Amino acid sequence: MGYMPGPNIVNLSLMIGGRYFGLSGAMAALGGLLIIPLVIVLLMSAAYAHYSDYPAVSGALRGMGSVAAGLIIATGIKLSSSLKFSPLGIPLCIVIGSICFACIALLRWPLAFVLPGLGSLTFILAYWKQKL
Amino acid sequence: MTNAPLLALNLADWLSLFLHYLLFSLLSVGGAITTAPEMHRYLVDQQHWLSEAQFSSSIAIAQTAPGPNILFVAVVGWNIGTNAGGLSTAFLGTLITMTGLLLPSTILSYLASRWVHENSELRAASAFKQGMKPIVIALICATGWILACAQTDPARNWSLWLLTASATLFFWRTKIHVLWLLAAGAILGWFGIV
Repeated sequence: MGYMPGPNIVNLSLMIGGRYFGLSGAMAALGGLLIIPLVIVLLMSAAYAHYSDYPAVSGALRGMGSVAAGLIIATGIKLSSSLKFSPLGIPLCIVIGSICFACIALLRWPLAFVLPGLGSLTFILAYWKQKL
Repeated sequence: MTNAPLLALNLADWLSLFLHYLLFSLLSVGGAITTAPEMHRYLVDQQHWLSEAQFSSSIAIAQTAPGPNILFVAVVGWNIGTNAGGLSTAFLGTLITMTGLLLPSTILSYLASRWVHENSELRAASAFKQGMKPIVIALICATGWILACAQTDPARNWSLWLLTASATLFFWRTKIHVLWLLAAGAILGWFGIV
């Protein structure tokens, strides 16, 4: 489901809840997945906001932010191994990925232009190149 | 919170926030985190509704908490609301960002999932999936990059970059649990080392 818009885990829970129990099952799965973690994360945010004037606390969050950035980059690197079997071929994937990274991370262009623009290009390329 | 802006948001601002999250929802291929650069552009660079520190700490807190990482969206909404007044606006901010981000994508996914399930052999479905892969991966890497850049203290920048780089290597090459590295980052930050 990674190529559909929406959080993966949310889409997955909707799909499974919906397939076995219909719309109400989908809603129940979504609620069950989100409500308790939501309460916890909001309590953590409120606690952090309360203590963020202490340099040690804001420092700790800064350190965690840097680690979280590393976690997200590593996720991207790990996922890139799935490109080995891409009909686009690895060199083309690297070119497209680099263009996308430059547009979003360096030039900070709006995703609403970059995503449809590059997405339609890769769709046409993949449609044309993939074996039937 | 340090450098947190004080906001006076009117109805039009809340509506604009909601409409932007409806759009982010439709752009969130590969998960909510791929729209984080767009949220950063809109909330921090354009509107100045959140400080850099608030944006990156929102993601750090959501990564630490149990549950899906889509919850960073709730924390972002919570912090905008806190900047705009207090507890009631914080709940309003959370409600707006979460429903905005979930509504379009869940409806679309719910309707499309059966179709995709039944037509996964179609050439167009497969081309869409394959074509999106390099873009989604690049968006995830861009998100990490923007978060790493969000740390704005130039005198300390090199040590934070080093921490991000080593965390990347650890997550990529070892099976160490996320919480251990987050704890290590917290300790280094607590004692002012990074």
